[in-house]
Amino acid sequence: MKLHKATLLAASSALALGVTAGAASAETLTIVSWGGAYTMSQQKAYHEPYMENNPDVNIVNEDKSANGLAGIRAQVQAGNVTWDIVDMLEGPAMTACAEGIVEPLPADEILADAPDGTPPSEDFVQLRECFVPSIVYATLFAYNKEAFPDGNYPSKVSDVWDMDTYPGKRALRKVPDGNMEWALVADGVPMDEVYEVLDTDEGIGRAFAKLDELKDDAIWWTEGAQPPQLLADQEVSIATGYNGRFFNAQVMEDQPFELMWHGQYFELDGWVVPRGKLTDRVKDYLNFATDTQRLADQAKYISYGPARKSSAPLVSTHAEAGIDMKPHMPTTPENFKNPIKKDAEWWADNGDAMSERFNAWLAR
Amino acid sequence: MAQADITQSGDGDTRLDKLTTADGTPLKASIRRAMRRNKLIAFGLAAPLLFFIFFSFLMPIFDMASRSVENHQIPEALPRTVAALETWDGESVPGEAAFEALALDIQEGQRSRTIGQAATRLNYQDAGMRSLIMGTARRSDQLEPPYKEALIEINDDWGDLDVWRLIERESGYYTTSYYLNAIDLTYSDTGEIVAQPEYRQIYVMLFIRTLWMSALITGLALLLGFPVAHLLATLPARHANLLMILVLLPFWTSLLVRTTTWIVVLQTEGVLNDMMVWLGILSDEGRLQMIYNQTGTIVAMTQILLPFMILPLYSVMKGISPSYMRAAKSLGARPPVAFWRVYVPQTIPGMGAGGILVFILAIGYYITPALVGGQSGQLISNYIAYHMQQSLNWGLAAAIGTILLFGVLLLYAGYNRIVGIDNMKLG
Repeated sequence: MKLHKATLLAASSALALGVTAGAASAETLTIVSWGGAYTMSQQKAYHEPYMENNPDVNIVNEDKSANGLAGIRAQVQAGNVTWDIVDMLEGPAMTACAEGIVEPLPADEILADAPDGTPPSEDFVQLRECFVPSIVYATLFAYNKEAFPDGNYPSKVSDVWDMDTYPGKRALRKVPDGNMEWALVADGVPMDEVYEVLDTDEGIGRAFAKLDELKDDAIWWTEGAQPPQLLADQEVSIATGYNGRFFNAQVMEDQPFELMWHGQYFELDGWVVPRGKLTDRVKDYLNFATDTQRLADQAKYISYGPARKSSAPLVSTHAEAGIDMKPHMPTTPENFKNPIKKDAEWWADNGDAMSERFNAWLAR
Repeated sequence: MAQADITQSGDGDTRLDKLTTADGTPLKASIRRAMRRNKLIAFGLAAPLLFFIFFSFLMPIFDMASRSVENHQIPEALPRTVAALETWDGESVPGEAAFEALALDIQEGQRSRTIGQAATRLNYQDAGMRSLIMGTARRSDQLEPPYKEALIEINDDWGDLDVWRLIERESGYYTTSYYLNAIDLTYSDTGEIVAQPEYRQIYVMLFIRTLWMSALITGLALLLGFPVAHLLATLPARHANLLMILVLLPFWTSLLVRTTTWIVVLQTEGVLNDMMVWLGILSDEGRLQMIYNQTGTIVAMTQILLPFMILPLYSVMKGISPSYMRAAKSLGARPPVAFWRVYVPQTIPGMGAGGILVFILAIGYYITPALVGGQSGQLISNYIAYHMQQSLNWGLAAAIGTILLFGVLLLYAGYNRIVGIDNMKLG
């Protein structure tokens, strides 16, 4: 309601001043993110309140984060940076930082303290030199209950490999990240030793050998919207996907889906600023959008956990459905029993080699 | 206009020299001037297009292609090391001088934030180089002489001969590594060119797959398009126009819409499978997998590229006079013979144009295979896009792209040799 008033006010004043004058005075912030329900949650939790506080600022969303690193690199190399803030995963953010195409973000200078005065460097889950995390999200297995009419549902990672007990195709993300870790877990490696095993050639061979068992029954997805769709169409019975997307399908669209928190593969997602774009306006926005209340607010719209310790107790109910969001957060203790934390550094080193090998393995 | 001022002479040329226009200039010079003016006007008219093509097409292609051999990251980020390694014999781990150069380079690179690009570059060649360099860079302000010990203490990989050989091999401003990678070759630790390990061989197979799938799609488009084009060309205008709209409507529809429609039609729970189950042709468990594999790519791409076959064929067939067929028949040829020996040869320019259009478009397709191709239906362009957008190995993408470009040019030249490019009619 407030927003509508503000928009009306802005619109009428723009009319009064003449449209060109109004347009000229508005400052545009281009914020790049992942699109869909995720961008919508940022729009509601960060962008709209910020624009209400700062009527002269206009925030434009671009759904390009899937190619965020490529985009920033191309823009910086061409000397024409049009993005102000980019939502990015921890691993690519570290690569971008090492390449010098994003700005270092001195957290304690820019960001807001927690309400109790804890400085950001202690309050955030994991700050990096050029990266401020905003959410913790998980990639995990989910299944369509209708695909198992006898009521025998899968519950752990190794069940995904058990084609006899749990028939149906599997939808897996077309990247080695996650799949290799799960393959090792299914092969009997304890969750906290996954990266030790992966660090050896035998370990990598073992992961691929285990993935071989699924290969004939796998459909490989690339976009986050695909797995809920594939599950809903019953093209597959089990799919990996982002927990927020599954939540949306499960709760908002009433799909008969169930999430399998066992072996959830979690990583951090947050903000980077392309080189040359760390203006006072961008600092001000980051300060606002990553404060304790704002991060907790985002959980009203999507089931991703806030990346600030002080935000967790403030997580409440969903803005539309009115349900309690805590059981749907990856960071909730019951869901967090057997997680795998993506090792961003291991993947920064080995990602290229693993991707090539993975692609060759797939194409064969 | 030429004044006839002809003097007796045995030689034609000298006679022409003597010809003059009304104002007394020699005719030859006058013609030359008029010709030059015409040429300038013609060039002036074509110039905007030429400039446009040059700046928006040729320059970017050249720029992209040059990335396939460019290797400025290492000599720029590690200039001292590169210089120090010039006199190195490559037989044993280099001495303190090289380590000192490396330490200074890394310190400076960390300050100016240029070291990361060199780390990324070396990591393409050997996984682990990124963390070796970046890990060292993070601790580079503590580096003190003797540097050899200090660096090896930070990470003992600095004492590994192969690491130094790799840096030396990639120290030039140009590299062949990307091209080798694009044809499944690589350098061994000692610097010889060897095949990639089998689990990483992929691109040669993809080139071959792209070629044969494009050929197959071209063949299918010809098979399906020929009768339609024939029908279009021979029906009375009233019906032909209606049919033409049926050809053009999908042609005008967005590529993405048509591709996703095929997903709805072909998937295991899709329209086609549902219909066959309902008709009892298939059992519910025996639904066919028609998408997310090669079949999906072939079906969708054939449909999408069909208009590019039909339209040139139609324009050629429209120009074939029906009297030829009547003449053939009146001379005693049976209809199939008349069709095969009189009609079909006349459509060859259309088949050639349609064929080469469809084939070259198919070679470069990537959206459709990406959406419906699953794994076995991916084409080489999907991997170019992958290296541009995901792995960010632009050098490799450029190398694959350049090979593809020259492949197409070669095919085009071959086509010109066999069929003749002037034998092609595009509409």
